[in-house]
Amino acid sequence: MSDTSSTLRIVWIYPDLLSTYGDQGNVLVLRRRAELRGIPTEVVRVHSSDPVPVEGDIYLLGGGEDRPQILAAQRLRADGGLKRAAERGAAVFAVCAGYQIIGETYGDDAANPLPGVGILDVRSGRGDTRAVGEIVADVDPALGVGRITGFENHQGRTSVGPSAKPLSTTVLGIGNDGATEGAYQGQVLGTYLHGPALPRNPALADLLLRWRVGDIQPLPPSWGERLHDERLAAVL
Amino acid sequence: MSELPLRAQLAAALGKGAASLSRATGRGDGSVIGGRIALKVEPNLLAELARGRRIALVSATNGKTTTTRLIASALREIGEIATNEHGANMPTGHITALANHPKARIGVLETDEKYLPQVLRETNAVVVVLMNLSRDQMDRASEINLLAKKWRDALANSQAHVVANADDPLVAWAGLGAPHATWVAAGQRWKEDSWCCPECGGHLKREPDPHWECPECGLRRPHTTWSVNTAADTVTDPQGVEHKLQLRLPGDANRSNAAIALATAAAYGIRPEQALPRIRQIESVAGRYTSIVTRGVEVRLLLAKNPAGWLESFAVLDPPRVPVILSVNAQVPDGRDTSWLWDVDYTVLRGRRVFVMGERRTDLALRLETDEVAFEVADSVEQVLTRLKAEQPDITKVDVIANYTAFQQIRTAYGRVQ
Ligand SMILES: [Zn+2]
Repeated sequence: MSDTSSTLRIVWIYPDLLSTYGDQGNVLVLRRRAELRGIPTEVVRVHSSDPVPVEGDIYLLGGGEDRPQILAAQRLRADGGLKRAAERGAAVFAVCAGYQIIGETYGDDAANPLPGVGILDVRSGRGDTRAVGEIVADVDPALGVGRITGFENHQGRTSVGPSAKPLSTTVLGIGNDGATEGAYQGQVLGTYLHGPALPRNPALADLLLRWRVGDIQPLPPSWGERLHDERLAAVL
Repeated sequence: MSELPLRAQLAAALGKGAASLSRATGRGDGSVIGGRIALKVEPNLLAELARGRRIALVSATNGKTTTTRLIASALREIGEIATNEHGANMPTGHITALANHPKARIGVLETDEKYLPQVLRETNAVVVVLMNLSRDQMDRASEINLLAKKWRDALANSQAHVVANADDPLVAWAGLGAPHATWVAAGQRWKEDSWCCPECGGHLKREPDPHWECPECGLRRPHTTWSVNTAADTVTDPQGVEHKLQLRLPGDANRSNAAIALATAAAYGIRPEQALPRIRQIESVAGRYTSIVTRGVEVRLLLAKNPAGWLESFAVLDPPRVPVILSVNAQVPDGRDTSWLWDVDYTVLRGRRVFVMGERRTDLALRLETDEVAFEVADSVEQVLTRLKAEQPDITKVDVIANYTAFQQIRTAYGRVQ
């Protein structure tokens, strides 16, 4: 890892376990939107057999099938690096299975929930139906992100505890429970918008960058904004 | 599946093979068989039609239609073959294929990944051919680890001989469940779904390629007796003899498919020297790899349905001066979710003339912009040709890579070319 303090260190957690469908997109778009503003970046891919570095700026976790999800949670808990990084003020962006395991508990068996990493006050279980399809939600106005669009594909249902806040209000789709979507607590953010959530929502990518580097200049609208608007028009 | 389409499909199968069917099932003389009876007959129909035949099932995420075609053409050395060569790869398609060839003693059946355990049970197949497993249309498909587990369990409960790709850890793990196997070093370009051990979840050690093993539980790549050398365009058989492939089908993926086909043919007693002249004849499969010549330009059609398929398509593109059109839809057969675009590395297209079209071309545009690949947006192949001809009147070739319905739309526009 570079020790230049001006380099934005993007840490991709366990792409070997948690990278189901398009999760790489979040890494690529964060890097691009930083570099377009002249912020140098470094992307660190951390395999499940490797220790998680604690000096990263933004940590990304993707989706995964049931068994990889359980393995990832066990390894992250045993490793401790992600939790220490979050305590030091790193930003965390976790999607779908990754969202569930950074919470307090998760898992299919309501009577016997599995312990998560515990950096976001949410608890996830299994719903009766699978949530598959386009999702639209209005983000908490305090975050200045506006309306987000994505695709969800999960059977989880998530309740948000008192230390965290729902990320958004669901307009279309299920999200946490049909009423809210995602959660955040300080600079730790989780969402069911799987795969390329940041490419489809440039404002969400910029929120993560602002959390770590402060004020950033706006970029001229490009294909990301166009796709965002096109998907909203197509599904609402 | 609702009753009506099932009945309709069965009726079609029964209609075509009515006489043979009535013999196979002993339930009529053919003239009275209709949808109603077909539905009653259905539970055992596939088993009845398969009885006494030596059936091979061919399954994978990518390449199963092509490989089925290669194997069937090789096995025609023995005689008539019953095969579902148009890709109807679920049980009704198998019934049609078998009913249409009542005298064929051998069947080669492309089989949908999800249906493999059921079809194996019902047909009592003697050979099961497995090539690769990777992410595909995840808005409706099974999780692939789960799929591999079902394959493994089904094979453990059968007497089938497996012919499988040892270089794909998920496929190998599934195939290791079978009592007998022929292992082929057929290669694996797309590795993003096999970094973890299918047995215990450990991080696989994957070098030197193609070797792989799990440091935690000891699962490892099985010993292979057949291998493909894509650079040399050869397949080496268990006796160590190298056979030049010289296929008409393009690309390394088809060299791998051919290696698997030769190993499968050998399981039926057909030597590579007999099989190769037959599989070399094949130049397109259900429109894949077909070229259309329009306005003096050769437009080649490549079908790519998922990230692994796109990677293989990039590898067969013509030299960089040949422009490429990418077309993506997200209809139900394609998967409604375009997230997979982000799993593909497009940087290999830098420096090439690239056009994007299809119903989800904005997704493609953002994806290419992010990978810093210059591109132009287009509405149709014709429009691209008009633009290119205006600039370059002597242009001779254009490649097209499209996903399923986008591919079919282009094919239909040019008269359903085969
Ligand atoms: Zn293992």
